Amino acid sequence: MSSVLRQQMFDHGEPAYAEVNRDVIKALTTTTWRYWVTLGISAGAGLLFFFAPWIYQIIVGVGAAGMNRNAMWGTYLSNFIFWIGLSHSGTLLSAVLHITQSDWRKSIYRSAEAMTLFSLMTAALFVMVHVGRVWFVHWTFPVPNPMELWPNFRSPLMFDVMAIMTYLTASSVFIYMGSLPDFAAVRDASTGLRRRIYAILCFGWRGTGHEWHTLGWAYTFFAVLVIPLAVSVHSIVSWDFALSTVPGLHQTIFAPYFVCGAIYSGTAGIVTVMWMLRRFMGFGRYIGKLHIDNLSKLLLVLSLIWTYINICEVFTGWYADTSFENEAILYRIKDGPFAWLYWEMIFFCAVVPLLLFSRRIRQNWNVMLVISIVINIGMLTERFVIVASSLPRKFLPDVFGVYFPSLVEISITVGSFAIFTTLFLLFVKIFPAVSIYEVKETLNPLRKRQAPEQEARA
Amino acid sequence: MSKITDKLREYRVDGYYTEFDYHWTMTVDLDRCTGCEACVVACQAENNLPIVGEKRMRQGREMKWIRVERYWDGDYPNARLNFIPMLCQQCDQAPCEIACPVFATYHNQDGLNAQVYNRCIGTRTCAVYCPYEVRFFNWFTYTWDEPLEQQLNPDVTVREKGVMEKCTFCIQRINRAKDAARDEDRRVGDGEAQPACAQACPTDAIVFGDRNDPDSAVSQKMQDPRAYEVLKELNTAPSVIYLKNARAPLHAEKDEGHHREEAAEAHAAAGEPRWADSGKAAS
Repeated sequence: MSSVLRQQMFDHGEPAYAEVNRDVIKALTTTTWRYWVTLGISAGAGLLFFFAPWIYQIIVGVGAAGMNRNAMWGTYLSNFIFWIGLSHSGTLLSAVLHITQSDWRKSIYRSAEAMTLFSLMTAALFVMVHVGRVWFVHWTFPVPNPMELWPNFRSPLMFDVMAIMTYLTASSVFIYMGSLPDFAAVRDASTGLRRRIYAILCFGWRGTGHEWHTLGWAYTFFAVLVIPLAVSVHSIVSWDFALSTVPGLHQTIFAPYFVCGAIYSGTAGIVTVMWMLRRFMGFGRYIGKLHIDNLSKLLLVLSLIWTYINICEVFTGWYADTSFENEAILYRIKDGPFAWLYWEMIFFCAVVPLLLFSRRIRQNWNVMLVISIVINIGMLTERFVIVASSLPRKFLPDVFGVYFPSLVEISITVGSFAIFTTLFLLFVKIFPAVSIYEVKETLNPLRKRQAPEQEARA
Repeated sequence: MSKITDKLREYRVDGYYTEFDYHWTMTVDLDRCTGCEACVVACQAENNLPIVGEKRMRQGREMKWIRVERYWDGDYPNARLNFIPMLCQQCDQAPCEIACPVFATYHNQDGLNAQVYNRCIGTRTCAVYCPYEVRFFNWFTYTWDEPLEQQLNPDVTVREKGVMEKCTFCIQRINRAKDAARDEDRRVGDGEAQPACAQACPTDAIVFGDRNDPDSAVSQKMQDPRAYEVLKELNTAPSVIYLKNARAPLHAEKDEGHHREEAAEAHAAAGEPRWADSGKAAS
């Protein structure tokens, strides 16, 4: 890593080795009352807004939601796709940047991967909220049973279950394996019960040359494994839609469209999470101008691709010129009750990110927080618009209908954000949220010799 | 390896998805349909369909395995109402069948699109994939008021919340006819199995039978040049054949109508039904 880059990576000068350990572990061990209040509020909101309505829905039936004969899918499915999308950037970005040896990833990747993991879990919850008989949801797995019944391997939902479980497993292993030396660092820096817990968590890491070699090899292996997985997951999720015959959903562009949209919303999610880490966890020293600048450039590129694909989608419909497809597109962008949502989405996801051409905006954390949240609101509505504007009007005009979400659905949507926040708050107190050993790899080795009393421990 | 492929080949039944023991088919003559909805009521009584009530009806959650769709032709006073009864088309290449992750819907050897209520977990994907919108979801567990539960059909399952359901071509009647025929060691004769809607139709617009039997009434009807399939371009190969309403449309463009008539005459002259002109032969 060049010294210029290193200068940009750390806003307030390069830290010493021991300072990295101290800063990161301090975030784990010192907990203010503000943390407990935030955790309590978000966990309570999760229970109140997500689980309480869900239990009500299980008792009454899915009729508690606003779906009807025409729109059999609603916000549950669009939220599921949103959360899967949000999960896409973390692990994928981390793996791609690892393979391309982009050193700036090293202080942000741990939290980005955690975001992947928790949004995947939230998405999996939405599958269970969505189905009519959640108590039989394990039938989607190839569980051995006396009836010798298998899942349907032709079903895109079956692909979904397999892809998501594989991605969840690979992402969990990826983040855990990358944290092993850091768990050891926490173990060495702590006493009592915490020491014993982290001794187990780090699998007795000692830091021998052999262990480092194996870790490096295995980590790269998983990075290579995860990249095609991440691309495949959202392609497969898009096939839930594209394999149907519904006008407005039955499109070949859906796989790249969804993958691009997923990475787009995921990157915006990373910006939001990084802002939180800087503001509330005191990682401002490690997550600086270089990171926000690079993430913003990525956002800009993705927004342009996303815009292009959106134009393609409308163009293909117009060019194909079948009456059903024309009708579906007109309903989506002009005639339907959700046309304003469509233009809101275009404004938020295609127009607002054009601001990122300016370097001053790219490097301003507070403006970027607003833009990243705006983008994710746009992406949330994108998924909703796709579902809510296509399904109620398919082919036969006599049964055309309209779909509006009910209070239960809105409440569960709000609650899902509380659940994600709760999981993330738990994460920052268990995992070192910034990778200690990898940040140290980027430091100038000469500095260590200048300050021998600050020798690192890990 | 060859042992495994041999083993797998044993499980394979040739023509499982193309040739059926019986190929139950329905023809609906739109010229005869008066839109009286006797079929709708008969289906409701036969198949234990719940009465959802006014509120849920307005929410678009009615349960009608067969419905009579109404399409207006022209403006008042010079207007005419066209009817088309719409029910599960029992497609031979059904979009819903590939969708179900747990095989709750599958194609059986009667050419029917069967729905297994016990296996359904309620992902509702089949209903989204269905272009005819004839699948119905149990949003709640519906109950019947005091004396009404006495009239439930014992041959038909009462469905619980979270389960998808749809027209079965009155599979309980088909199975009873097949049982009776098997006892006498013969095939089911024409007209022995009748779904409730066909039985109730006062104008005999709905005809039901086995397409594999060339002499059956339904096979005869299918030869009619007016025969067509709804949304044929989606290539679903439905088992419900509609006979076109032959009245001239009120406001059609003159030229196009002329061409259409010509095409129909050409088909009739060639002795083939109009819907047989591409792909799947009328077997």
